[in-house]
Amino acid sequence: MSAAAPGGTQEQGRSELGVALFLGALGILVIVQALLLPESRIARGPVGPGAVPIVVGSLLVIVAGFLAVDVWRGGRGEPEGGEDIELTGSSDWKTVAILVAAFLSNALLIESLGWPISGAILFWGCAFALGSRHYVRDAAIAIVMGVGSWYLFVLGLGTSLPVGILEGIL
Amino acid sequence: MDALTDLIGGFGTALTPTNVGFALLGVLLGTAIGVLPGIGPAMTIALLLPLTRGVEVTSALIMFAGIYYGGMYGGSTTSILLNTPGESASVVTAIEGNQMAKAGRAAQALATAAIGSFVAGTIATLLLALLAPTVAKLAIEVSPADTFALMLLAFIAVTSVLGSSRVRGLASLGLGLMIGLIGIDFTSGQQRLTFGIPELAEGINVIVVAVGLFAVGEALWTAAHLRRKPVEVIAVGTPRMSREDWQRSWKPWLRGTAIGFPFGAVPAGGAEIPTFLSYVTEKKLSKHPEEFGKGAIEGVAGPEATNNASAAGGLVPLLTLGIPTTATAAIMLAAITSYGIEPGPRLFETEPVLVWGLIASLFIGNTALLLLNLPLAPVWARLLRIPRSYLYAGILFFSSLGAYAANASTFDLFLLLIIGGLGFMMRRYGLPMLPAIIGVILGPFAEEELRQALQISNGALSGLVDPMSVVIYVILALILLYPVIRRFLPRRAVVPVLAEAAHEIEEAHHHHGLTSAVSVERHSGDDPRNPGRSTSSRNPGNVDADGGGDGG
Repeated sequence: MSAAAPGGTQEQGRSELGVALFLGALGILVIVQALLLPESRIARGPVGPGAVPIVVGSLLVIVAGFLAVDVWRGGRGEPEGGEDIELTGSSDWKTVAILVAAFLSNALLIESLGWPISGAILFWGCAFALGSRHYVRDAAIAIVMGVGSWYLFVLGLGTSLPVGILEGIL
Repeated sequence: MDALTDLIGGFGTALTPTNVGFALLGVLLGTAIGVLPGIGPAMTIALLLPLTRGVEVTSALIMFAGIYYGGMYGGSTTSILLNTPGESASVVTAIEGNQMAKAGRAAQALATAAIGSFVAGTIATLLLALLAPTVAKLAIEVSPADTFALMLLAFIAVTSVLGSSRVRGLASLGLGLMIGLIGIDFTSGQQRLTFGIPELAEGINVIVVAVGLFAVGEALWTAAHLRRKPVEVIAVGTPRMSREDWQRSWKPWLRGTAIGFPFGAVPAGGAEIPTFLSYVTEKKLSKHPEEFGKGAIEGVAGPEATNNASAAGGLVPLLTLGIPTTATAAIMLAAITSYGIEPGPRLFETEPVLVWGLIASLFIGNTALLLLNLPLAPVWARLLRIPRSYLYAGILFFSSLGAYAANASTFDLFLLLIIGGLGFMMRRYGLPMLPAIIGVILGPFAEEELRQALQISNGALSGLVDPMSVVIYVILALILLYPVIRRFLPRRAVVPVLAEAAHEIEEAHHHHGLTSAVSVERHSGDDPRNPGRSTSSRNPGNVDADGGGDGG
């Protein structure tokens, strides 16, 4: 967030107004949805299903307003720090994009290829995205993780994980 | 002394070989993940929940409690050896502990943290055992209206953390409450916020929410700002303490316990405040105040004891009222419910074996932590060197595995990514995680209590008001309006220790901004920007401006 480029402050300010907008839109969505709830035939008690959503939606709208005012006056959210985080420089969207791609490929492939393979692809893709360039070593670790976790959780703990094309082999 | 008899019975449950094994496993796992950056006890328990369906409920909860305690301990190891706290409760440890480590006293810092955690954990668990049954007995009399008020208080208390932005806390709470609303409303059978998507009818699984916010969100956020150069881990031998270290540590341990336990039991502003209070107290009482900031052992001993005592204190509202005050406690509440057990004041009556077994296992876990962690410290230090590409790839790998296993549904994986994206945004704009997860988990319970209260009163809002709830609402109003009230108070009326603690918290935030800004000198051209108006608006540019002196 602390882009060295001039005008960085203003840019963050504007994007944080986006957060306020997002909260406000969600709040309105929740309220509208609650008001559109049809009359219930089996409803019990004086409080219907819409009452609490309206309160929560209003909370979101009000908070959105206060947040917008805070940002307007120069308040800024504090980006979260951490052991491995360096908050200088802007976000590295390329890494995030490859991670998301690896994540989505697992979600799309898990049913057909099975967890041992789709999980291995996920691990390898994430390691690649995060800068590991030991392609062969990563692939070996990924396959061991995929197959190993399948054996551990399916045979050891009775969890259900798709086996996919490896059926009969594992 | 009924509690003691029950406790002895609890040891009968906890000391079976299986349960001791689960306690040890939990403690080891908890310490490992507490040491590792990027994952914490809350998400580990969430991940293990679907994977331990086959395990008996008492054993599973004993393991989860071990993870809870172990995670606290692991966090302090990281902050002593790395000077970058993973969780807010270890901020103080990072200040003094890392200074000690740099001065070659890492072994002593780790030892005082471990032994202090043991002392505080044991005393606090004993207090928990003595206090909780009484609280539960009183709480059975509490009406739904009062329970609802207490839950509101919990919402506001986790939202209004001293020294952080109130608006952003409330925003996070609102998001959590909204997620908690999704699904079929059980009293009317209506679908709320499901938009006709059948997968949403049963609501979003708590596991998906917790793993998405804590694990996927954290991994994505870290990936976007990954520190590219290897971290410097301070080498450490086996922890040990000299006679002088013992003399300087034992009083801070006891004082830390006294500060931490009540703060954990009464949700009053997060884990940060009691540790800072302890730090300030030790600084005041120390014979060596000049050493503070340069590695005073009291500054590690006190806050670490506080930290552990407040973890045990946090179990009081969880077990007696079903109200969690930390993220880990919230997930444990979800775990208890997922086994079909109803949390609340009757837990001690309906599940005595479970509750007392759990409390007894805390003593075992605490002792195990001490026995394991003193010799294992070098191993934990080595764990910190794990390549970050593998660490975060592993986190995403296990997140996907756990979220999928919860319902065997691909839809949950897409949902996980969306919630991960939400977690990313929240980290980017400083929305705290705790109110969101408390909102998701406690929100539906609060709605149930509200509806019950209003059903009793036939819909009259006066049904929400009785002597006890009025007191709670007044406290609520005071917390919410504190910024306004403070202006009308004479300066002297503000408790000096509290004010000093608030000051220290702000200083620490600056301090950590400083280290992260200094670590890449090339970027020192960052233009110093206006500090902003609210206390929360620390930005690294502003910290750059106050100079290069590291290690304040």
